[in-house]
Amino acid sequence: MVTAQRNASEIPVLTRKDFVTDQEVRWCPGCGDYSILAQTQKVMPDLGVAKENIVFISGIGCSSRLPYYMNTFGFHSIHGRAPTIASGLKASRPELSVWVVTGDGDALSIGGNHILHVLRRNMDIQIILHNNEIYGLTKGQYSPTSELGKRTKSSPYGTIDAPLHPLSVAIGAEATFVARALDTDAQLMVQCLERAHKHRGTSFVEVYQNCNIFNDGAFKDFAAKEVRSDRTIVLEHGKPMIFGKEREKGLRFNGMRIEVVEIGVDGVTESDLLVHDEERDDPTVAFLLSRMEWPEYPVPMGVFRAVKRPTYDGLMAKQLEEVIAAEGEGELSEIFLEGDTWTVEAE
Amino acid sequence: MGSATAAESQSSGQQEVLELDRVTIRFAGDSGDGMQLAGTQFTKTSAVLGNDISTFPDIPAEIRAPQGSLPGVSGFQVSFSSQDIYTPGDQPDVLVAMNPAALKTNIMDLPRGGLLVVNEDEFNDTNLKKAAYAANPLDDGSLQPYRLYRVPISTLNNRALKDSGLTAVQMDRCKNMFALGLMFWMYSRPLETTLHWIEEKFGKNRDVAEANKTALKAGYYFGETTEAFATHYHVPKAKLKPGLYRNITGNEAAALGFITASKLAGRPLFYGSYPITPASDVLHELARFKRFGVKTFQAEDEIAAIGAAIGASFGGSLGLTGTSGPGLALKSEAIGLAVMVELPLVIMNVQRAGPSTGMPTKTEQADLLQAMFGRNGESPVAIVAPATASDCFNMAVEAWRIAIKYRTPVIFLSDGYLGMGSEPWLVPDTNALPRIDPDFATDAETFQPYARNPETLARPWAIPGTPGLEHRIGGLEKADITGNVSYDPANHDKMVRLRAEKIERVAQDIPDVIVEGDQSGGLLVLGWGSTYGVITTAVQRARAEGKKVSAAHFRHLNPLPPNLGDVLARYDKVLMPEINLGQMRMLLRAKFLVDIQGLNKVNGRPFTIAEVENKISEMVG
Repeated sequence: MVTAQRNASEIPVLTRKDFVTDQEVRWCPGCGDYSILAQTQKVMPDLGVAKENIVFISGIGCSSRLPYYMNTFGFHSIHGRAPTIASGLKASRPELSVWVVTGDGDALSIGGNHILHVLRRNMDIQIILHNNEIYGLTKGQYSPTSELGKRTKSSPYGTIDAPLHPLSVAIGAEATFVARALDTDAQLMVQCLERAHKHRGTSFVEVYQNCNIFNDGAFKDFAAKEVRSDRTIVLEHGKPMIFGKEREKGLRFNGMRIEVVEIGVDGVTESDLLVHDEERDDPTVAFLLSRMEWPEYPVPMGVFRAVKRPTYDGLMAKQLEEVIAAEGEGELSEIFLEGDTWTVEAE
Repeated sequence: MGSATAAESQSSGQQEVLELDRVTIRFAGDSGDGMQLAGTQFTKTSAVLGNDISTFPDIPAEIRAPQGSLPGVSGFQVSFSSQDIYTPGDQPDVLVAMNPAALKTNIMDLPRGGLLVVNEDEFNDTNLKKAAYAANPLDDGSLQPYRLYRVPISTLNNRALKDSGLTAVQMDRCKNMFALGLMFWMYSRPLETTLHWIEEKFGKNRDVAEANKTALKAGYYFGETTEAFATHYHVPKAKLKPGLYRNITGNEAAALGFITASKLAGRPLFYGSYPITPASDVLHELARFKRFGVKTFQAEDEIAAIGAAIGASFGGSLGLTGTSGPGLALKSEAIGLAVMVELPLVIMNVQRAGPSTGMPTKTEQADLLQAMFGRNGESPVAIVAPATASDCFNMAVEAWRIAIKYRTPVIFLSDGYLGMGSEPWLVPDTNALPRIDPDFATDAETFQPYARNPETLARPWAIPGTPGLEHRIGGLEKADITGNVSYDPANHDKMVRLRAEKIERVAQDIPDVIVEGDQSGGLLVLGWGSTYGVITTAVQRARAEGKKVSAAHFRHLNPLPPNLGDVLARYDKVLMPEINLGQMRMLLRAKFLVDIQGLNKVNGRPFTIAEVENKISEMVG
């Protein structure tokens, strides 16, 4: 039957190439999306999921073309609505591995409402947000993550609206898994995607993605290879928050604030530093981390938050099972005759 | 009395029993007075007694309008008859007004000579002022044209309940039962059905259960013993088609139809919806039926509701969404997506008066053109419209049959009058209903996402989880056969025409429209949707008077029944009553070049039989 899942042992050994389609990839040369596509294709064979049970769903935007290049089931839908289609699919077919591919405009502007609600419901899907802080497909207008004052085609005198922090939004919307990766850091991205797949619930992964045409170098101040170790910090569960070329810097609490300190200076030791706890139920520290921006802070990368909470699709299936166990499977004749009935006899 | 005729009269003790063939009662009171409940109970009892029935609730827009105020008036009209009836009656024969506001907002519908029962206790200065009466209408002679019965319902009710142990407020809540009891006596109805219902509803709360029973009986005995009422009435059983019946509203019937379609197709039903009047009842109904594998998803908005339904359909479920006019507007873009990806999908629209928020609790047929054309691009969908409350069941199944066979969105166009109104439903034998084959694609060797069935032009339904059928769909134009993205001009032209042709081919599966009356000549009164009842009744009456008038009703709006053009050409004149400004008439005139005349009104209410009869008289003399 079509809905039967193949066991892991029955799944043929696949490689990245099995997930490549015959469609020509049409992103601009040099676009960060190529790397995201490559890492996504790379992690697929190792997920332990049959290819036919993987579905990629997207909205509208450059990033949303990605499903055409994934040799899985795919659905390139309408602007901002991918989470809704993914929700209906996952709720009705919980055994599928459902991935949403979206961008900063798609997810946070036109589709903002759906992002909030899919996260609070904790639908067991993965959301990959390609954040390039610009509208690329429509050729260069500012997005809801563009920095204040940014000059673009639609803001020649600079923007006057404050940007959203995608991960702050996700944490505020009760997200159970929140992570950040960088298009040029393949290894970390693969780790984030694998973790996102393993997590039960909505996994929200923001990928800083360079748009070399309309917003080139948006992340280079902290993401460029030569400065990255000094200007970003990779979060590791259970480990003190240390960064820097020589791993000489760290983060600690000072009152309600996080501050950057140098290890060995003013008596600071490793034991003074914040220890990353992605499983902390209280979202406060994760939220503070999501607010950290270069140059005041190193930019956090990796998994911010990974907490356990029942999934919507799981609860929905459970509720159905419980009702059927308690009341038996429904018979039409029985609900047809609810309430008062009467018989009209033949004359 | 109104539409009723006195068939025979007989004596029963000192009070006369008059036999009638049809009576219409309207219960009207404050929204806290329990009028919907009284009306529903009267309906049940009449149905069980074997009358044909038809009901129409009139619910205020405000949930808790100030007590005693004009906007707070709630009404429920029930018509019961010894004949087949198709409408809840034009005008009530009896108006039960529980307070001055109810009298003020309903008296204009009561014909001269009609029976008026008022709760005179409520006609105090405060309530008269709230209803903007300068003088007490009970005393100023303004009600002289009616047969007025002043009953101190509150006083009598409270006296009957003085030993009930209830608080004053609780006792007062029982007065609807007193009024109901009085009507039961007046129309010779037994109390058993309602007594049984009270026991089921309040059984655990003994004091309340007993008080409601006492109030009901007190109203009944008041009628029996008082000399105020000279006559009571009897409406014999109707000669309905033999079988098992229940009373059902259109929204309930639609919900059952959708579940039935799911059973017939062997695929689970998924209902994505955002609460909206008057469609929410369908969500409430379906949410109860988890043991049928029904999944209901209360979405964050109308768009998410249809998006989730499309996702469910992509996965092989029966993805359904339901709404009313403003919600249909919000779903437009997603309906266009469903047209492009050619997946089965049903969109229920329980129409209300528009535009914009309009009048949510009032009925209208003005979303037809929105359903037909309210999307960007050439974006055809199939549309069906139930004719009666119980027909909502049939057309819900029919909508799914079309959606699955042709892999297309189908709009199910009901309205507030059908959705909230009720009538007896001859319970169908589900074994007699034909199965619906989802016919999923499974063969990876031959699979092409946009290859078409040569007969229906439907594309394969290839659901995730099927090995070898991995493919991509989306809103961008599809290349014929492969379904790859295509900007090729010739391909776009071809695909637009294929999608249109596919919907046209649905007509292969649509029954011909049937004319009731003469098969040609004279006047044809043509209708769609909820006007069926009034048109049928008005035409029957006109024919009884010897007028050359026929009636035809169609339930498939797009595509139309294949013989409709031929039928229209056979009559000298065609009249089309619609609760809009002539939307279907415009489409038919354009398509068939027939000079159809319109009868149109948009006051939030269904047509009265008299309105259609008058127009018929005007056209055929």
